Amino acid sequence: MAVAIVKERWTNKVLEMTIGQEPNAVKVGGDSTLPFLHFEGEMPNRPVVALEVWDMEPDNWPAILTEPFKGVLDNPVAWAKKCADYGADMICLRLNSAHPDQMDATPDEVAATVKAVAEAVSLPLIVVGCGVEEKDALILPAAGEAISGQNALLGCATINNYKTITATCMVHGHNIIATSPLDINLAKQLNILINEMNLPLSRIAMDPLVGALGYGVEYAYSIMERARTGALNGDKMLAIPMICFVGQETWKTKEAKTEDNEEWGAQARRALLWEVLTAASFAQAGGSIFILRHPESLKLFNNNIAAMMKQNS
Amino acid sequence: MALSGLQIFKQLPKTNCKDCGQATCLAFAMALATGKASLDQCPHVSDAAREVLDSASAPPVALVKIGVGDEQVELGNETVLFRHDKRFEHPCAIAIPVCDTMGDAEIVSKVDAINKLVFDRVGQTHRVDMVLVCACSGSPERFVEAVKLVAGRTAYPLILKSEDPATIEKALEVVAAKKPLVYSANAANYQAMAALAKKFEVPLVVQGAGLDELASLVEKVAELGCKQLILDSGTTELGQVLTDQTQIRRQALKKFRPFGYPTIVFASNEDPFQAVIDAGVYIAKYAGIVVIDSVDPADILPLITLRLNIYTDPQKPIAVESKIYEILTPGPDSPVYLTTNFSLTYFCVAGDIEASRVPGYVLPVDTDGVSVLTGWAAGKFTPEKISEMMNTCGIAGKVSHRKVIIPGGVAVLSGKLQEISGWEVLVGPRDSSGIPSFIKQRWNA
Ligand code: B12
Ligand code: SF4
Repeated sequence: MAVAIVKERWTNKVLEMTIGQEPNAVKVGGDSTLPFLHFEGEMPNRPVVALEVWDMEPDNWPAILTEPFKGVLDNPVAWAKKCADYGADMICLRLNSAHPDQMDATPDEVAATVKAVAEAVSLPLIVVGCGVEEKDALILPAAGEAISGQNALLGCATINNYKTITATCMVHGHNIIATSPLDINLAKQLNILINEMNLPLSRIAMDPLVGALGYGVEYAYSIMERARTGALNGDKMLAIPMICFVGQETWKTKEAKTEDNEEWGAQARRALLWEVLTAASFAQAGGSIFILRHPESLKLFNNNIAAMMKQNS
Repeated sequence: MALSGLQIFKQLPKTNCKDCGQATCLAFAMALATGKASLDQCPHVSDAAREVLDSASAPPVALVKIGVGDEQVELGNETVLFRHDKRFEHPCAIAIPVCDTMGDAEIVSKVDAINKLVFDRVGQTHRVDMVLVCACSGSPERFVEAVKLVAGRTAYPLILKSEDPATIEKALEVVAAKKPLVYSANAANYQAMAALAKKFEVPLVVQGAGLDELASLVEKVAELGCKQLILDSGTTELGQVLTDQTQIRRQALKKFRPFGYPTIVFASNEDPFQAVIDAGVYIAKYAGIVVIDSVDPADILPLITLRLNIYTDPQKPIAVESKIYEILTPGPDSPVYLTTNFSLTYFCVAGDIEASRVPGYVLPVDTDGVSVLTGWAAGKFTPEKISEMMNTCGIAGKVSHRKVIIPGGVAVLSGKLQEISGWEVLVGPRDSSGIPSFIKQRWNA
């Protein structure tokens, strides 16, 4: 019996975004169907993965996470090179030193680091602030200027600080991460506001503030599925790639931090699976850009993506 | 897909005889459409009409039961493609295989390991669901021995895996009362397998090489009278599994009857790490049963957690009990934290307090299981409700100070709460991840 394959007739597709410069530019988005449903539409670009680099040594990472970066954790340039060696598609440079509770670094200080990293590696850059909205509005313009014209991805812009960050992206030719807390209407509203400042939608990536496995995957998963089906059904303000900060969420969970024990098994295996399974489930929900921390997770997730990208009947 | 009153009306005798208790056939049809009457109340409805109406009201994915008693697994009854459209009904079952070529001692220790895969999460117990016994030895006698051994060692339902009906029959003679799932009926053996499934009244997997063959086999097996079926489209290749699972669910929702059953998928990637990740994809994407060969809790805990997330009812959040929780071992000087009883909120807060390495008490106020801001917006996290909990839970007897920390997101509550409760209110960080640095700087009892 020949089964008539059911195909949805989507009316729209996700915009394609380019990050970085040729020959090392990375393209994401462009999907005209739900993730990996090759029988129904196009998925011209595979999801891409960035590894995190900090501009100051992290003090609360478990040993299994610091191990692969031994000797470079206090040196963002060397750390970034290491990530390139591990096969990352992009570097996600996180400017934690600017946090008022940390070193409260100045815009000039962080800009110098951003510039040094950009000069040392050819991979496209994602530059993320310290998470304090007011401070990020000060440092990201300086960071964006330091790598003017390099088509990086800057964030995270929120409803409270998007204006200066958007302006920086306009002037210095970058893309922006628009962050809103697990709410599709807020996400859309922020995309609209940024777009109204004349930054093209193709230069905005949406960050739904995902949670890790066991810590809110269900909300993020559904918000992303709703955003993606909304996009494919014609909502242009949602038809942009989604970015998932999986590493930062995973490595603060108990499951990733608890050492080997009989009930939960070996920490290394458990933690890696926590990171990869979180990423893999968001890839199924429509995520395009993934920020991970462990190089082994990068490898495992890339294998999963490669298998998912195989065309089939 | 539910029928409208008018669609139902077309199938009725239209005699308005009132035997159903309604004034007219149309009134009866309307009552049926809204679930206020049942078809049995009309004695005159024809068999043909009954079939149309029954099949229209049957769930798109049949409910299939495997095993007996407390450990029985129920699958199916699914009605949506996306969890946000309503919810996923029956969590995907996780099955772990045991092979009859293994020695008895090895089988026993693996089954014991399977039994031990039980985890506490958000106040609930989560575990694996089934044991698959595989007839790899080629000897029916050995298979029966292995099945007996496993059945005597675990309460979980079994899956009996052999393509040889004679082998399956021998095993069913021993364990049919436990309602195991038979794997599988295929193009070569389906008649014999269907006969066994009928005779022993057990559920049956139908395996086709691809969707086309699967559909025709299911029709044949169903015609032979088997209704408790599980589908296997015969592939283990990741991308193809996603395609097949998606098609089966979509077709089922469109009431293509051969695909109106739950599915089984094998996560059989040679790389054991990758197999777990594949299993995760299958859990997210519609598998009814996922078979994975691992008894390592480091593999199973993440899968069980993912399943919990995917199958949580989006309209009904999981809540924790509203009572005093002690993190690490707090004493009379330890800080007291207020939060809501939404399990996600509670576990974020509890985790971050633990990370601070400063022992503390947490009081989750009963907000019907919603988050801090949702609770506040909905009037369920008010100064009155909070102080009521503080007064009744007995925290005053546990600490010598009178200070309580509230989430930064609801700083506006602090004045009123202080007034009503009489406790000094400290406004904590907005995000609980700020608790470790907050507590070090701000706490002295
Ligand atoms: C999912 C969601 C829902 C779900 C509920 C899910 C649930 N179980 O809570 C549903 C869809 C049911 C819902 C409904 C509503 N929602 Co709602 N919802 C959200 C959403 C998107 C996420 C909430 C969530 O799960 N957060 C994650 C949890 C873990 O966060 P949390 O509890 O706040 O805990 C964090 C912090 O507060 C802090 N923390 C917690 N406890 C403690 C304790 C201490 C001591 C410290 C220091 C810190 C701390 O750390 C935690 C981790 O970061 C938020 C937007 C958002 N992202 O906040 C809106 C939001 C909370 N909802 C909102 C509203 C208005 C509503 C409704 C009233 C809408 C309506 N008009 O119908 C209804 C009310 C429902 C009802 N009557 O019960 C508003 C609240 C606005 C406001 N500030 O007043 C929000 C902020 C969205 C918005 N911006 O408009 N909502
Ligand atoms: S019993 Fe049947 S035929 Fe008679 S009025 Fe009711 S619906 Fe119509």
